[in-house]
Amino acid sequence: MSELLFVEALTSALREEMERNPQVVLLGEDIGRNGGVFRVTLGLQARFGPERVVDTPVSEAGIVGAAVGLCLARMRPVCELQFDAFSYPALNQIITHVGRYRWRTRGTAPMPMVIRMPCGGGVRAPELHSDSPETYYCHTPGLTVVTPSTPADAKGLLTAAMRSPDPVIFLEPKKLYRHLRGEVPDGEHVTPLGVVRTVREGEDVTLFAWGAMVEVATATADALAQKGVSAHICDVRTLSPLDEEGLLAAARATGRVVIIQEAPRTCGVASEIAAILAERAMYDLKAPIQRVTGFDVPHPYFSIEHHHRPDPSRVLAAVHGTLEA
Amino acid sequence: MIYLRVFDERALIYHRHGRIGTWAISWGHEAIQVGAMSALRDHDWAFPSYRENKVGLVRGMSPADVLAGCRGHPQGWWNPNIWRLGSISIPVGSQVPHAVGFAWGERLQGRDTVALAFFGDGATSEGEFHEGANLAGVLGAPVVLLCTNNQWAISTPVRQQTRATSLADKAVGYGMPGVRVDGDDVIAVHLAVSEAVERARSGGGPTFIECVTYRMQAHAFPDDPSVYREDTDAAAARRNECLVRYERYLQRLDLLAPEVATRFRDEALARMAAAITEAEALPVPDPSLVFDHTYERKTPAMSRDLARLQASLAPGAAGKDSGRTP
Ligand SMILES: Cc1ncc(C[n+]2csc(CCOP(=O)(O)OP(=O)(O)O)c2C)c(N)n1
Repeated sequence: MSELLFVEALTSALREEMERNPQVVLLGEDIGRNGGVFRVTLGLQARFGPERVVDTPVSEAGIVGAAVGLCLARMRPVCELQFDAFSYPALNQIITHVGRYRWRTRGTAPMPMVIRMPCGGGVRAPELHSDSPETYYCHTPGLTVVTPSTPADAKGLLTAAMRSPDPVIFLEPKKLYRHLRGEVPDGEHVTPLGVVRTVREGEDVTLFAWGAMVEVATATADALAQKGVSAHICDVRTLSPLDEEGLLAAARATGRVVIIQEAPRTCGVASEIAAILAERAMYDLKAPIQRVTGFDVPHPYFSIEHHHRPDPSRVLAAVHGTLEA
Repeated sequence: MIYLRVFDERALIYHRHGRIGTWAISWGHEAIQVGAMSALRDHDWAFPSYRENKVGLVRGMSPADVLAGCRGHPQGWWNPNIWRLGSISIPVGSQVPHAVGFAWGERLQGRDTVALAFFGDGATSEGEFHEGANLAGVLGAPVVLLCTNNQWAISTPVRQQTRATSLADKAVGYGMPGVRVDGDDVIAVHLAVSEAVERARSGGGPTFIECVTYRMQAHAFPDDPSVYREDTDAAAARRNECLVRYERYLQRLDLLAPEVATRFRDEALARMAAAITEAEALPVPDPSLVFDHTYERKTPAMSRDLARLQASLAPGAAGKDSGRTP
């Protein structure tokens, strides 16, 4: 075990898998000499050379489109897109090709790539540097969408993503990069995709969260504990396809559910989870499901972004709602 | 040009104090920004990127508003119709088709407006640049595509951005004239843009102009160029940058007394000091702004969310709201 920053855990996953698998290549803007704007690829070009850690032109559609070709050539590309919102120029490639190639070729041409990008707000960034684009990807069949919330998961899930037979959209909560530190297993560490993580067990209410919102859930649970309310926290981790059994078990643990999501509300992952619970666990629930989400607005200018991102006080209000119901 | 330079100098200091957020500096680009903007008529429009946030100053926008934007304050939003400026485009290259469409729309309505799109060398690698330029050629839109080739896109040098020997060569493929000018020479930029604007206005279609300069500073603050480049080139560029050159030129012609340049600088400094005071005195924005302007009218869900948010912000309200739909 080593104590690592979230960002360092990601770097170690990339470095170790590149050592193990010569097929892995990284491509992205400023990822070489500069180590990426968040320094996730720091030192990797020096170690593996400019042919395996490729500094590309400013060209997201080109990066992801080239990754499609690299997959056909039996490589394992890992693309870095510089910020959440700058994945949008690549959406055409992601939706029309990355997500469909396996299906279109009847399984003969899978797309085992990882598309990494920082996501989310809370870091006082300019416009379009704080988006939570998860739903676009979850709504695209063929993609696996993953977001870690701890340094250990950052390493384990990214390693699993690089071994996945299907394309993985890997969302890195940028607020956690240098803010969160934790124990990370040394050497090979693989965390299976598609399985929720129980952050803590509890009896009175279940909080579902992922990415940077797991911290909010934890802070809320701490506040609730002081009032004698015991919260169960489920880190969803893989946003698509969802671990339905894991979600159901977590919901049934308490029968009361609050789902916390940073992304805007409409058609989001929280809505999907709520629908699954309503379909399959309706009679195990003791209260209506509550969602605490970003609002259906563009991520606001940073002087007011704290009103938009769910915080413990908004979650507490929702929890009181379910407890009183 | 002095005003723009002083603005950048002060903004950099404010950034270091933590008084403004990310700052995209354009130190050394003043000849391009001012040379190009002064070639436009008042009713012409420009479409800036994040690095041209100071062209608003050329159009008369208050420096306090520009600084408010950098403080993440909604006062920094601007009305395109007042300033004849598209919104600052943060996704690289995405403003190019906007300029093309705007110019074309004006032409269709019989107006002789010209649109100018600012973008960098890195932007020429983006699909939206190509699509915009191609469309401009096909439509014959009255647009000027103005590329600031400062040799760098964050850490990527222009040689890794393109295999073309000059960016201006790209114009051939779009069927429009391609011009390469010294971007440190404000008169050369002004003349090249004036000629392109004239051609556009008189029905001659689009022009691509590459202004060659050097990014003397970091990409933005925060960014650390020492990771990816030697400072010697930047130091050389500083010795020959546009303000130094223009001042020397005017002094040789006896058109600018050193005291006058100093006075301009002092005036700009005073304006900036007042502007940051003004920007910092703006009231904490009302949370209701989160919900304003996403649609023309708030959706019912937004009104509900706003009411709940306001209730939760009321003194002593934390955690008391039932959180249920009223
Ligand atoms: C679509 C998109 N991708 C990535 C970025 C991140 N980014 C910001 S500036 C920049 C470099 C742009 O370089 P250039 O076009 O030369 O303009 P300059 O910054 O030199 O003015 C990049 C990659 C972005 N803003 N938009």
